[in-house]
Amino acid sequence: MAISNMTHNPGDERLERVPDFGRAPSGSDEEMRLANIWRSEPGWRGWLSTVDHKTIGLRYLVTAFVFLLIGGIEALIIRAQLALPDQTLLAPEQYNQLFTMHGITMIFLYALPILSGFSNYLWPLLLGSRDMAFPRLNALSYWIFLFAGIFMYMSFPLGLAPNAGWFNYVPISGPIYNTGPNIDVFALGMVLLGISTTAGSVNFVVTLFRMRAPGMTINKVPILVWGTLAASVANLVTIPAVSLAFFLLWMDRQLGTQFFDVANGGKPLLWQHLFWIFGHPWVYAIVLPAMGIVSDALPTFCRRPLVGYAAVALATMATMLIGFVVWMHHMFATGLPTVSLSLFGAASMAISIPSAVAVFAWIATIWVGRPVFKTPFLFFAGFVILFVIGGLSGVMVAAISLNWQLNETYFVVAHLHYVLLGINVFPVIGGIYYWFPKFTGRMMNEKLGKWNFWVMFIGFNMGFFPMHIAGLLGMPRRIYTYSSRMGWDSVNLITSIGSFILAIGILIFLINVIISLKRGEKANSNPWDAATLEWSMSSPPPPYNFAVIPAVASRHPLWEDRLEEGIRRSNLAEGYLLMKGHETLGTSPIDAKPLVIFKMPGDSYTPFFVGLFVSLLFLGLLLHWWSFTGLMAVASCITLIIWMWPQKTLKQRTESGTTYPFQGDSK
Amino acid sequence: MVLLARIIITTLSMMAFIPVLIIPARSVEAAEAPLNYFLHSYGPAARPTMYLGWVLAGLSIAICLILTLLLLTALIRKRPEIDQRAIGSEGKGIRWIYIGTGISTLVLFGLVIYSLMVVNKVAKPPQTTMLAFTVTGYGWWWKIEYEHDDPAQRFVTANELHIPVGQPVRIKLKSADVIHAFWVPKLAGKTQMVPGLINQQWIQADRSGIYTGQCVQFCGVGHAHMGLEVVAESAEDFEKWLIAQRKIATSFATSDEKLGYELFMEQCAGCHTIRGTDAQGEHAPDLTHLNSRHRIAAGLLMNTPDHLMQWVINAQKLKPGSRMPSFALSEKEASALASFLSTLD
Repeated sequence: MAISNMTHNPGDERLERVPDFGRAPSGSDEEMRLANIWRSEPGWRGWLSTVDHKTIGLRYLVTAFVFLLIGGIEALIIRAQLALPDQTLLAPEQYNQLFTMHGITMIFLYALPILSGFSNYLWPLLLGSRDMAFPRLNALSYWIFLFAGIFMYMSFPLGLAPNAGWFNYVPISGPIYNTGPNIDVFALGMVLLGISTTAGSVNFVVTLFRMRAPGMTINKVPILVWGTLAASVANLVTIPAVSLAFFLLWMDRQLGTQFFDVANGGKPLLWQHLFWIFGHPWVYAIVLPAMGIVSDALPTFCRRPLVGYAAVALATMATMLIGFVVWMHHMFATGLPTVSLSLFGAASMAISIPSAVAVFAWIATIWVGRPVFKTPFLFFAGFVILFVIGGLSGVMVAAISLNWQLNETYFVVAHLHYVLLGINVFPVIGGIYYWFPKFTGRMMNEKLGKWNFWVMFIGFNMGFFPMHIAGLLGMPRRIYTYSSRMGWDSVNLITSIGSFILAIGILIFLINVIISLKRGEKANSNPWDAATLEWSMSSPPPPYNFAVIPAVASRHPLWEDRLEEGIRRSNLAEGYLLMKGHETLGTSPIDAKPLVIFKMPGDSYTPFFVGLFVSLLFLGLLLHWWSFTGLMAVASCITLIIWMWPQKTLKQRTESGTTYPFQGDSK
Repeated sequence: MVLLARIIITTLSMMAFIPVLIIPARSVEAAEAPLNYFLHSYGPAARPTMYLGWVLAGLSIAICLILTLLLLTALIRKRPEIDQRAIGSEGKGIRWIYIGTGISTLVLFGLVIYSLMVVNKVAKPPQTTMLAFTVTGYGWWWKIEYEHDDPAQRFVTANELHIPVGQPVRIKLKSADVIHAFWVPKLAGKTQMVPGLINQQWIQADRSGIYTGQCVQFCGVGHAHMGLEVVAESAEDFEKWLIAQRKIATSFATSDEKLGYELFMEQCAGCHTIRGTDAQGEHAPDLTHLNSRHRIAAGLLMNTPDHLMQWVINAQKLKPGSRMPSFALSEKEASALASFLSTLD
């Protein structure tokens, strides 16, 4: 295979090497050597410096879940206030801060990070690699996410949390009507979080296109990978818009610029455009990977591959593309000309076509399959219903003149919770049940799991379905109380009761996680008899993931014997050993031909410190400690230089010579 | 701690209310909901949208039921016994996607056309309108200006807009501070009031009555209490209303009223206007014809003398964060102010 000169100096023979080929079964010398190379130091040193994608993935999952709990408690307080008319449990200002923080927490600090957690943990395992493309960047992306989350909660204990709603329209969030630090915390926090999301997205895209196992051509990657790719591309394109918007707002507030200042010719609608150009693709970014979880895990419980893999993969990408041209459906009521609204209304309806593809693929998979009713399956099957309801109410709000009624009422609140809880939380909980044995080596309790699903499912529908009706009865969003004469008493009471039942469901889940961590049944490497690569290794996986780089011949490497498609078979036991330091294989972007040995960096403290200094830099901006800000900028740069300092051992070696053998190829 | 205790108490009291749900009060209540645009519309700017809502809701429920049924059947249908370890082959079932997506696409295409036709119908009034009001959103009330070519015919009022039955009325929308949204759902959809822009919409009522409106764009601490009312009445009554609103305030006879007047000038005139007096404040509702309005404090309370004095004394408690302060008045002052305010009709 003539590949060596594609990436590196063709002339430099010293860097060329034909890697060892062989086996490294568990317990062999080779395997021990690999484990030593990839293991993180024990104790706090390893804890701070690790760049293992599995550790980072779990950290993302745990941190995001903590934010889910915080946001959930906020929601319960809100529902207690709204349970009955004319309540005075909360003052309006407290209410405004709570619903704003609820939105920020759930949308920015829970919904995407939890999916990044899954993807971080799973990508290299699904793709047959030993790590993400940029392990240190990965660690940095986590640390900044954590610090940004803390940053945005900093003013909460002081009673000065963000209070203008998660989409933070100007001028109510501008310097004239909002004088405290409330909005500055949000604005700077979002710019900071944007760094984390951008770094994470770059990492996913590069990993996908360069680090797949040989033979895993682009049409063999799992749907979760397509979903995360779509989300990452959407983030890379749109995060600049929102970071810019928040930075301009912060400058308006603190430095006297006038981008949004009406008195000086600033335009409030500019904010809405910048925000929603980001905001709507973001909505897809926080559901497409979750839909991917279902598309990949549901077939395991139907004992057959997903129906219409190519259609679903294409639908995922189509959703992302159309998702870029629907943002104005958040602005139908702003007085824009109806001609331009019509285009966006039509696009917003068209975007449900790819969703229909996915729905019918799932139903067909269950129909032609042989369902096994385990807890994860219940969550995925329940999700299909919630997806349909959320999608249909989405079509209703896309009809422009109806949107003029529905917009900003509880109907939209119902719609967005069906979309975000139904399409994000249900797959996520189901996904945790599914991959828990891989994460921890133990199964979760089935009996509690079934209780968990039914309580959550009933609580969710009881809590959120009546919100549709509240919206049709004219109840506006974001009101801290209502009068009995408006006729919204019963629907609100039912909603509040439902929300508490949902919370009990989440509580059962937590109890199940805690019990199962300690006393769960031990899991073997593939407890669900699933098809994809992550189930080929021990549970939990060894630090190096794959003892040998596998060769992949189909989308279902672990089912090949039973599917009997074609003659080629994946080879998981024999492959490149790559054990001269942190090494993994680089392959070509589309057809995954082996190209190069990647020398991966090892553990390092630098990501933590860069994250810390950058976050402190934002703290300096918030508090107007200008010299401190400067100091932190210098500190970040110095740490970055240490991080990037060239190391001889990281010089890349191009691989040359052999073709990669599949089982079934004649040698 | 106190907050926590209150949350627990509220939660418990909520649970105690569960029996209420069983009583079939809900349908009655829903019919009475003054903002229920889904079942009620009283003008050509709202009705086509209501029908669109019915079509979409009906279709959504039908599709949802069909898909639920398909899913349930898929889950429970009987399958022939085969080897537990067998894996189904990949090719089967693809027709589901072709047929399902094909039908969905056709339905959606029809809906796009239908919804665009409805937009076309409701976006502009069928005839050009002569009558026009400018409504300006303030934190948290509505200033209403009657527009006329002749400045002498113009006047300003607040929170209650009268329109003649059967005529389209143009509403120009402005904001004095942040973004609000004008929404009288039984007459038309909402439009944002964006500072620096003048948006327009139109409303028309086909039968007389009082139509409730509400600010529906989050606008700060008073957002929940920013209501308005549109009163649709016969052309003659509307004409009478115009004439009455143009008048300036009358003089005050009794000594009690005079004392109240002086108190008003001292305490209230900085914000409120009473045309014909020195009170020319611009930050709060025009009170020249206060007693002609059904409700006070932007929809919060019925306009009765008792409520009015409660509002003056307790504004901050009734509408937290309102720009209206709570006034500490002696009994004598209160009764004087009450008798003065009662003259504003």
